[in-house]
Amino acid sequence: MTYIQVENLIKQYGTGDAAVMAVGGMSFRIQMGEFVAVMGESGSGKSTLLSMMGALNTPTSGQYSVDGLEVYQLGQDKRADFRREFLGFVFQSFHLVPYLTILENVMLPLVTVKTNGRTKRSMAEEALSRVGLDGKAHRLPSQVSGGEQERVAIARAIVNEPPILLADEPSGNLDTKTSREVMDLLRSLNEEGMTIVMVTHSPECAGYARRLLRISDGLLVEDIPINGSARNLEC
Amino acid sequence: MTLKDIVLRNIRRRKAKAGFVLAGLLIAVSTAVALLGLIEAMNRDIQQKLEEYGANILILPRTENLSLTYGGLSLGGVSFEMQEISQADLVRVKAIKNAANVAAMGPTVLGAVEVKERKVLLAGVDFQATEILKPWWKIGGTVPSDFGVLLGSEAASILALQTGDYLKVNGSKLQVAGILAPTGSQDDQLVFARLDTAQSLLHKEGRVSMVEVAALCNACPIEEMVRQISGALPDTKVMAIQQVVQTRMETLDYFRKFSYGVTAVLVLVGSLVVLVTMMGSVRERTSEIGIFRAIGFRRSHVIRIVLLEAGIISAMAGILGYLVGFGSTKLALPFFAGSTGTGVIFDPALAAGAFAAAVIMGLASSVYPALLAARIDPTDALRAL
Repeated sequence: MTYIQVENLIKQYGTGDAAVMAVGGMSFRIQMGEFVAVMGESGSGKSTLLSMMGALNTPTSGQYSVDGLEVYQLGQDKRADFRREFLGFVFQSFHLVPYLTILENVMLPLVTVKTNGRTKRSMAEEALSRVGLDGKAHRLPSQVSGGEQERVAIARAIVNEPPILLADEPSGNLDTKTSREVMDLLRSLNEEGMTIVMVTHSPECAGYARRLLRISDGLLVEDIPINGSARNLEC
Repeated sequence: MTLKDIVLRNIRRRKAKAGFVLAGLLIAVSTAVALLGLIEAMNRDIQQKLEEYGANILILPRTENLSLTYGGLSLGGVSFEMQEISQADLVRVKAIKNAANVAAMGPTVLGAVEVKERKVLLAGVDFQATEILKPWWKIGGTVPSDFGVLLGSEAASILALQTGDYLKVNGSKLQVAGILAPTGSQDDQLVFARLDTAQSLLHKEGRVSMVEVAALCNACPIEEMVRQISGALPDTKVMAIQQVVQTRMETLDYFRKFSYGVTAVLVLVGSLVVLVTMMGSVRERTSEIGIFRAIGFRRSHVIRIVLLEAGIISAMAGILGYLVGFGSTKLALPFFAGSTGTGVIFDPALAAGAFAAAVIMGLASSVYPALLAARIDPTDALRAL
């Protein structure tokens, strides 16, 4: 059953002679529970595609729907609600708020949710426990390693149990061992039923996914299944 | 974890920025409080001086004659011998619009009498009203009863009378109840008796020669009181005295207007400081706002974060500004008003006004930065990292 549908999605920056076609008409469908890797060289449009799938970047034309919901037909506030309810983001640079503790960073997506503080806290603690960081909840991001910061970012992305996880180069700033740990974590989340779309430039990391979308110059050039058995590959 | 927690953590992290906003608002609020407090304290000071000064309105019988006295020298033509005011008419003064501002009204009857073969001016007064009208009087002895008199210091000396002595006035035997300490005024030469006693001795029952009025009207000009009394007593001549205090009140009014101008400029400058600092703060937090938006914060949540931060800092500036302004007034009052700082009192209205003004100023100046923050494109914000 189609869960995510991307239909002739176009994103053009600028106009006239200065126009740059970042995504030039891309179409694909993703089933619920899939683990999709998006690969391509720098400037191929993979990050732009991910930001459009994250309801952060309005496409020039085309359609994007999740669970039958036309995302770009929604107003600004509804789109913010969509991001909170449907999506978890993992960024390459972690994007943690430096003055909040690890626990508070994880609780951020819950700030605007109408639930009592105790529930929010227990949800955040559970998310931290899932990524193996339950002992460092009260440290600041600057007091933990890069790999741990990435885990915090993943915990924040999954704290409100969204059905989709969007990851932009999740191992881009990590050493080999930590990258493998992070990829294992993503795979286990996928095995629990989470739909994951991961942008990566690393074939080894892409090996953890079950489907590969290869893009070049803003166009989808390859859409192939992969076995997702790269359990011990270094990426 | 709430929006308020995010705001408080951010204020704690960016102490310098928050301190700058606080300082901008605090200077504006405290200066405004100090200036306004100073004016109020000076107003009270003047009002107190007005009370100490005594009578400030004189009601005299209307006459076509010009006075022939100057600086204590009389050259005859004493007009009060010719006309008097009906005592019964004086109740009309109590019905004027600003009757509540009349602190005391002292009807006086005057007439020449012979004591020990000397011509003396007898003044019949209301000794109760005199306490307010002539607070500088110091009586050696007691206030006279029905058959007693009070002597001015010079009169006592010339007539060689002491407290307890008796004197005859128009055939009536009166006892000296007290002697007035020297006042440096014409009172030193007079013999004072109760109004009804003097009226009886002078055969002027129900009539008075003049009326002294102490009017404490801080909010309305003294001329207005004069106009109202003139309207109530059309056959009299009503005059305002105390031009010096009046001039000081006018000076204070100019100072008040100047203070309002200075306050307006300070509010403008304070608002600009808040605006510029908050815009800088929003620019610095672009990436952070991008994260908030990416994880599902609505634009209104971002606006609330910025306004809540401004509101908390402004509220602190309001409280501190009032306290600093209050302290400054206490320090500055002796310099400006020549009196001690004890005249400065806690004014709840000014305190509430300072608090409200600081919060409104802080919030109003932060609306534009808040809208700017809400309009930040999360994609651009995250790409900038």
